[in-house]
Amino acid sequence: MSVVQSVDSVALLPAYLAAGTAVLVLLTDLLVARAAATVAVAAAGSVATALGCAVVGAGGERSTFCVGADCSYVFGGRAALVGALFALLTLGVLALSGPLLRAGKSPVGEYCFLLACSMTGGVVLGAAGDLITLIVALETLTLPLYVLVGLRRGSLAGAEAAVTFFVVSVVATTLTLLGAALLYAVTGGLHLGRVGALFAERPDLLDVPLTTAAVALVLLGLAFKVAAVPFHAWAPATYDGAPLPVAAYLSTASKLGGVVALLAVVQRALPAEVTGPVLAGLAVLTMTVGNLVALRQRRAVRLLAWSSVAQAGYILAPLGALALAAGRAADARAAAYAAAVAYAVFFVVLELAAFAALVALRPADADGGTLVELRGAARRRPWVGAAFALALIGLAGLPPGLAGLFAKVTVVRALLDGGAAWLALVVAVNAVIGLAYYLRVAALLYAPAADAAPVPARPAGTVAVALAAATAVALVVGFAPQLVLDLAAR
Amino acid sequence: MTFGQVLLVAALAVPAVGAAVVAAVPGDRAARLAGTAAAGLTLLATVWLVAGDHLWTGYGPAPAVRPWHQLDLPWVPGLDLRFHLGVDGISYPLVVLTALLTLLCCAYTVWKVPAGGGSGRALVALLLVVEVGILGTFLALDLVLFFCFFEVVLLPMYAVIAGWGGPDRRRAARKFALYTLLGSVLLLVGVYVVVAAAGTADLVALTGGAGLPRGTQLAAFTLLGLAFAVKSPLWPLHSWLPDAHTQAPTVGSVVLAGVLLKMGTYGLVRVAVGVAPEGARWAAPVLGVLAVAAILIGSLVCLAQGELKRLIAYSSVGHMGFVLLGVATLTATGIQAALIGNIAHGVITGLLFFLAGAVKDRSGTGALAELSGLRETAPRLAGLLGFAAVASLGLPGLAGFWGEAFAVVAAIQRGGVFWTVLGVLAAVGGALTAAYLLRLLRRVTHGRPSPAVGRVGPGLAAAELTAWAPLVLLALAVGLAPTLVLGVAADPVAALVAVLP
Repeated sequence: MSVVQSVDSVALLPAYLAAGTAVLVLLTDLLVARAAATVAVAAAGSVATALGCAVVGAGGERSTFCVGADCSYVFGGRAALVGALFALLTLGVLALSGPLLRAGKSPVGEYCFLLACSMTGGVVLGAAGDLITLIVALETLTLPLYVLVGLRRGSLAGAEAAVTFFVVSVVATTLTLLGAALLYAVTGGLHLGRVGALFAERPDLLDVPLTTAAVALVLLGLAFKVAAVPFHAWAPATYDGAPLPVAAYLSTASKLGGVVALLAVVQRALPAEVTGPVLAGLAVLTMTVGNLVALRQRRAVRLLAWSSVAQAGYILAPLGALALAAGRAADARAAAYAAAVAYAVFFVVLELAAFAALVALRPADADGGTLVELRGAARRRPWVGAAFALALIGLAGLPPGLAGLFAKVTVVRALLDGGAAWLALVVAVNAVIGLAYYLRVAALLYAPAADAAPVPARPAGTVAVALAAATAVALVVGFAPQLVLDLAAR
Repeated sequence: MTFGQVLLVAALAVPAVGAAVVAAVPGDRAARLAGTAAAGLTLLATVWLVAGDHLWTGYGPAPAVRPWHQLDLPWVPGLDLRFHLGVDGISYPLVVLTALLTLLCCAYTVWKVPAGGGSGRALVALLLVVEVGILGTFLALDLVLFFCFFEVVLLPMYAVIAGWGGPDRRRAARKFALYTLLGSVLLLVGVYVVVAAAGTADLVALTGGAGLPRGTQLAAFTLLGLAFAVKSPLWPLHSWLPDAHTQAPTVGSVVLAGVLLKMGTYGLVRVAVGVAPEGARWAAPVLGVLAVAAILIGSLVCLAQGELKRLIAYSSVGHMGFVLLGVATLTATGIQAALIGNIAHGVITGLLFFLAGAVKDRSGTGALAELSGLRETAPRLAGLLGFAAVASLGLPGLAGFWGEAFAVVAAIQRGGVFWTVLGVLAAVGGALTAAYLLRLLRRVTHGRPSPAVGRVGPGLAAAELTAWAPLVLLALAVGLAPTLVLGVAADPVAALVAVLP
């Protein structure tokens, strides 16, 4: 075997672009030292990354860093979708950060650099072909976030949130690493495809207790990242302490990262018979606990945080259904993975819209505030209020939020095709619980405002654009959900 | 595109565009008028649907659903969702009733916007969106599309109750939304149980069972039946209804009672019985018992009820019990009784809610204890109330008679001790219905005028007469010539019953 590897730079182009963005942002901040220029470079870089993902992804699967048939970096359809999503979410969060950065509480250069680094992690994550690349990419994604969460000067809540997040996340990563090491000990492989093939060839490996421990550790570590119950406790505290745009990034991009990582190991490496029941249990717990606790929230960001915990449960559900019906046909399994991806896409669009509306309704450097402060907001800012209500209704999965409706339909369909009718019923009942609090917030937006309440200021231009764009995307994929389903199935 | 297909699209597009126009037009009154015009055009389009060739021509065995017009376009292949609309004799009367009641409600809103804080134009826009959802539900020939339209109705109706309702409207609206969503998520699961087993969501192909295994049919019917039982509502899943009807503004109650409940009974006939006939056969006794329980309990509750709108709301539970009993017999007579009962209940209860709203608005109270002697101060209003109450109790010659009488007849015809007992009990329920409606009349119209009624003037506004006259005429027309409904429904019902096992 030759020691010199040929590197396919075209496959790596999106990663180059993302990493290049981070470096350029740093240099611009150093040399030009103008906030507007720094943000513009970061925005242009994320657009370029998204385009790069789309262009490279359109050309079919490319892989590189291969040892024999096993490749560490596989840039196919799903990697392109994930990479483009990360880049666009980064762009959206940058737009939401406008008022925050202008308020001067956070250093612009560092903020943009960290965001671009995180994006790099996300782009590589989608293409990761072995466990180590996967974990490193996931850490590249989350590491900058520890700093971003606490990057507000003089904010005690921010510092507290950052420490909570850091400690929990490091423990989770350690667990995943230990799991990966044990998997290596059992199978002698780290490439996802190779591990999966080995488990398929030698079912006797499944009876080794070490295998169970390894699979459990990998799954639990990643469950922390998705904030699945019972590994969710960090999420509400962290979201609430973080600046609003960072909370938006945490609940969209960072959550997407966890889902992608989980999907990669479950789909390609780990045996479905072992992961399925665990994931089904996690899904049930996650959606039920998330929804029930969200019912009692008084603060806006905490409510969104708990609701996003519950939404993670819906994403996990199709993965759990798989294994319950062991020995399913390959296309049924592919449909379940596609359903999870599709739900995740619908979810991040709606969640970004909800956060954008919240940012638009709040003062520049404020946190999410309490729900009561949102009372009557839709009467004073009709367009923002309508977009917020639409996003909430979409998250609840009802028309006119058609995107959310079809997301729910996709999951239920995948569950019933996979023969997990009971899980579909759990999802259905949870949708009813979810409506209770989404409806409460939406109704509050339209309730008559107290006379003394201050009229929310006009939202900053960038925030308005981000909100309009997210809402437009939600409407388009609501009427043409086939677009998302096609992308997710690639 | 044929003319019929254009009409099908127009029936949904006109109110949808109308709602957008209402939101865009400056000026509250102009917007309300624009909305009413849109509702009028929709009625025209739906009435016209009857035109065309109703005879089924084709090769091979005729399917159990033979739409007069249909439109079938792909929408989301990944979810087995097609934009498949069609109309036949089962859905046509309900479609026209929906369009008519929405038009009357919009016209009524031009004259009078209910108090509660919301603007009149928003109410009209919401009524039009509700109309899109209800018409879509009746016209959908694709299971998934049916589900989508079923969901469309939920939030606008919630907003109507929460925005323009009575003092306890928020709780009532929330209860309505959560109950109905519970129904529709069960519908979602039921729909995909069927789709996963059959591989298609086309109602035309699915009606008659489409060779689904018995176990699947039982599961599907249980889920679908529960979903529609919440909407209809069937005792004991009815508890959202009295609150919602009582708290909703007059126009909201009219739409709720007049056509929204029919989505449940229509779904039961077209979807649950049609797609899972074996399941229907299996669950029929349970359905029958619950229906009769609804009739008896609804009537008994009404006898003890002290509030006008609440009484009418509970009377819906009893009337829908007759409709569900008709469906439960699974005979041609029973299903026809259910269909005409649906229409009659929509017309008569719509009228009753309009009248109750008028009484409440004028006297300022709905408590029966504070209302008496209405015929002394407002003889015309009292007369109309008397007419509506008598029609509702099922006097022969008026619309209410056919549905109730033939539901009982169908149960007796079905034979056997079980169904005979159910028929007899339902007949007793019919007598109780007469008792509480006569009690209502005696309390409200007879006696000396109470202080509250003393304030009521004798006059009726032109807008009120315009809104009520079509309903009065329809109650008479359907009562004298039930063939108006049964004529178009006979063939499709016969085709449906023919495929039942």
